[in-house]
Amino acid sequence: MTDDRLILMALALPLVAALLTGLTGKRPNLREFCTLVCALALFLVVASLAPRVFAGNRPAVDLFEVLPGLAIAFEIEPLGMLFALVSSGLWVVTTCYSIGYMRAHQETHQTRFFSCFAIAIFAVIGAAFAKNLFALFLFYEVLTFSTYPLVTHHGDEKARLGGRSYLGILLFTSVTFLLLAIAWTWTIAGTLDFQPGGILTGKTSRGVLAVLLALYVFGTGKAALMPFHRWLPAAMVAPTPVSALLHAVAVVKVGVFTVMKICVYTFGTTLLKETGISTWLMYVAAATILSASLVALTKDNLKARLAYSTISQLSYIVLGALLANRWGVIGGSMHIAMHAFGKITLFFCAGAIYVATHKTQISDMRGIGRQMPVTLSAFLLGSLSVIGLPPFGGSWSKWFLGLGAAEAQQPLLVAVLMISSLLNIAYLMPIVVRGFFFTPQDSAERPGIQEAPLFCLVPLCITAAGGIALFLCADRVYHWLTPIAPLLPH
Amino acid sequence: MLAHLPVLPIIVPLLAAPLCVLLRQRRLALALALTVCWATFAMTLMLLGRVLAEGTQTYVLGGWVAPWGIEYRIDTLSAFVLLIVSGIGATVLTYAPLSIEREIRRDQHYLFYTAYLLCLTGLLGIVITGDLFNLFVFLEISSLSSYALISLGAQQTRKALTAAFQYLVMGTIGATFILIGIGLMYQMTGTLNMADMAARLNTSDGPRTVLVAFAFLTVGISLKMALFPLHSWLPGAYTFAPSVVTAFLAATSTKVSIYVLLRFIFTIFKPSFAFEVLPLDVELMVLSLVGIFVASTVAIFQTNIKRMLAYSSIAQVGYMVLGISFASVTGLTAGIVHLMNHALIKGGLFLAMGCFALRLGSTELADMRGVGRRMPITMFAWVLGGLGLIGVPLTAGFVSKWYLITAALEQGWWQVAALLLISSLLAAIYVWRVVEVAYFQSPAEEHAAVQEAPTLMLIPTYALIGASIVFGLWTSVSAGVAHEAAQRLLEMTP
Repeated sequence: MTDDRLILMALALPLVAALLTGLTGKRPNLREFCTLVCALALFLVVASLAPRVFAGNRPAVDLFEVLPGLAIAFEIEPLGMLFALVSSGLWVVTTCYSIGYMRAHQETHQTRFFSCFAIAIFAVIGAAFAKNLFALFLFYEVLTFSTYPLVTHHGDEKARLGGRSYLGILLFTSVTFLLLAIAWTWTIAGTLDFQPGGILTGKTSRGVLAVLLALYVFGTGKAALMPFHRWLPAAMVAPTPVSALLHAVAVVKVGVFTVMKICVYTFGTTLLKETGISTWLMYVAAATILSASLVALTKDNLKARLAYSTISQLSYIVLGALLANRWGVIGGSMHIAMHAFGKITLFFCAGAIYVATHKTQISDMRGIGRQMPVTLSAFLLGSLSVIGLPPFGGSWSKWFLGLGAAEAQQPLLVAVLMISSLLNIAYLMPIVVRGFFFTPQDSAERPGIQEAPLFCLVPLCITAAGGIALFLCADRVYHWLTPIAPLLPH
Repeated sequence: MLAHLPVLPIIVPLLAAPLCVLLRQRRLALALALTVCWATFAMTLMLLGRVLAEGTQTYVLGGWVAPWGIEYRIDTLSAFVLLIVSGIGATVLTYAPLSIEREIRRDQHYLFYTAYLLCLTGLLGIVITGDLFNLFVFLEISSLSSYALISLGAQQTRKALTAAFQYLVMGTIGATFILIGIGLMYQMTGTLNMADMAARLNTSDGPRTVLVAFAFLTVGISLKMALFPLHSWLPGAYTFAPSVVTAFLAATSTKVSIYVLLRFIFTIFKPSFAFEVLPLDVELMVLSLVGIFVASTVAIFQTNIKRMLAYSSIAQVGYMVLGISFASVTGLTAGIVHLMNHALIKGGLFLAMGCFALRLGSTELADMRGVGRRMPITMFAWVLGGLGLIGVPLTAGFVSKWYLITAALEQGWWQVAALLLISSLLAAIYVWRVVEVAYFQSPAEEHAAVQEAPTLMLIPTYALIGASIVFGLWTSVSAGVAHEAAQRLLEMTP
């Protein structure tokens, strides 16, 4: 099949899944079978595109022009390819997990859940493949609105308020900052295409560039840079599979992916370096890394702690993009994949614990490891990957980010990265220690092994193993990504 | 027959209106009105096609050549607005029968159809004519019939009568101002034909009479199009009129007034006079921006959704006028394309409100609790319309917003662009208030058995809402024609 057909298929499959889910809503088994088949097919389609992209081809397809010069068009480059691979792969895993979770939990409105989920994946694939900022923005907003019903799934007062912050902050940032920046770029550069080396060089003054960059970085609310991070903890009212895929992988990664794309393909790393307009934003990112980790330490609710951990880890990627050198860009891009596997494992475990024991607070999880040894072991592996210890994928991305900070001659940022890793240990390890070594509170009788359903358990083992696999094939990922970050002369 | 095409959209509904009175029987009147409306829509479609293919169309009434006789003159802009008005008119009338069954007394139905056809004639006539006095006549036809249409809401609430009366007072002041303006212009140029007047009008030394005429005209038109702060008639009229009437007027009448403003500024007076000799651009920009913020903020605090949407309309008029005030091709395109997009969006929203009014018997926010579960299809249409109001990508509202901000940025006014974007967040707040009530609260007991609206009402609602989504993606017709119309308007200036 030709490349443009494959791209269109990749976009159509999630929509087909949404449609089939809606049509087969009355028969849950058939409905989930359809979702699963579409998810698998999507992964295969994306995977079949991958070798060509990494071999240097740029498969592209233009759909149509919405406004003169502003087309919904797709062109796949390595960064988007990697992101699409990770998202579509994890969609398969998450679908299995969702089936287990939603059923064990007897959630209502499952049809709506699976439909909106599929539409969200459609938006992610669209964003990953977008050829220009305009298309990227469209899919960015589709993602915001399609995930709103997922976040407010429970339909109660808490969900309403959570949904309000979620939509409020994401819409506020994207409309006032991001859209303004995009329209501004359009009037300055006359194009919004992603081009290697950027489209803004020599078009406008340094002051305007600095304002534009700030508008972009803060306007991408999904990247959760402080002070626009509060939507992420608010979104934790969603069912855990949503938190897992959307708020550890899809939604937040679309945010940092957007920042990365803009830094590399709209501004261009050379321009960022020469003008130095990104320096102060690096410190904002560094401050977010540290303070979000500190807040995470204080959270007793497991999902809230993971949410703040996510905020902190996202800023690693933003920092990598802003460093605008080879190591920063590669490290940041890698971290999109590495963190995805680590964090989704942690969320899966949190959900599994909730399904099996209905516990949400960390202080209640004493001795939980005796009850759910597999889950907690996976949690340990996921934690180690997020912390960035070998032999887990996270170690590579953090290594490159450190190199990037050193090359940019920012010793303070190197120190921030080191301290943050220590803080990661401080907020993740106690959960494992408490689970394995503390005695349960009501230890009158030792509870037997009581794991979550298999549909939940298998996916979290797969993603935990994925973290190790990524450590081993990091070399390949590195080579995939090198075209986007050519070596710069000093 | 085809040679007479430019005059047919006026003649046919004008003649059909008294026929409705003669028929009396409501089913027959409906059949006649429906046929006429859709036929008119087909004619305007043909007209637009012809204008795009052959350029401006003229028609001489009764064989009296301009400037002595009345001339009908249809260029791209008029053909575009004609199509919008007749399209909305036909769609809304298709929706009407079931809705007025509940809201208007049966023995008055034929009067409703008569007034509706007259109003349509008036609105189309304003757009089609090239003669200033003729324009005034059509303006009065449309205004008088719309006062009658609004007062038909008296069956539901007596407040409709005061609302109609208030509109009558304000509308008459507006019309009088316009008439005074036209009179003064006639005195200065000795002609009533627009093209002829434009050629004869000497604004180089700005004679005082011309200045006064311009002032009367601007204020009069601003009253009719409800530009802030001359909007006071609008909320009451929209709230208490029958649902069908609100949908029709909200989608067409203010838009036609904006068309008149465009005609006066760009065809007759020229921007060089309005924007360079006089600071009308600054005034319009300030008023529209203030109007956008004030009206959107007031909308947030409304408890009646129809009233909320009415205030939103005032804000949206602000967007259109803002586009005009940029006096650039992009700005004008924004104003003109928003004219169409907002007609579709607001028309669709008010039609959805009509569905709620039919089933719930109320348009209060409190009565909308849980309606997302009881009437999911209608509510979904409402949400789509609401997203259009906010200007979410992939809706028509986004296209307008995009043109507006790029127009502002082209001039280097990033502050205006930022204000515009912030104002769309106010829209998000008032839209989301309704969404939260509809989906997150449980229905009141008396509404527990409420059912989905009838299909015959849902189809027109979705036709308008669907069109607002289609024109968010496929803009070569909407924005393309608007762009051409904007270019034509600015070309006329030296």
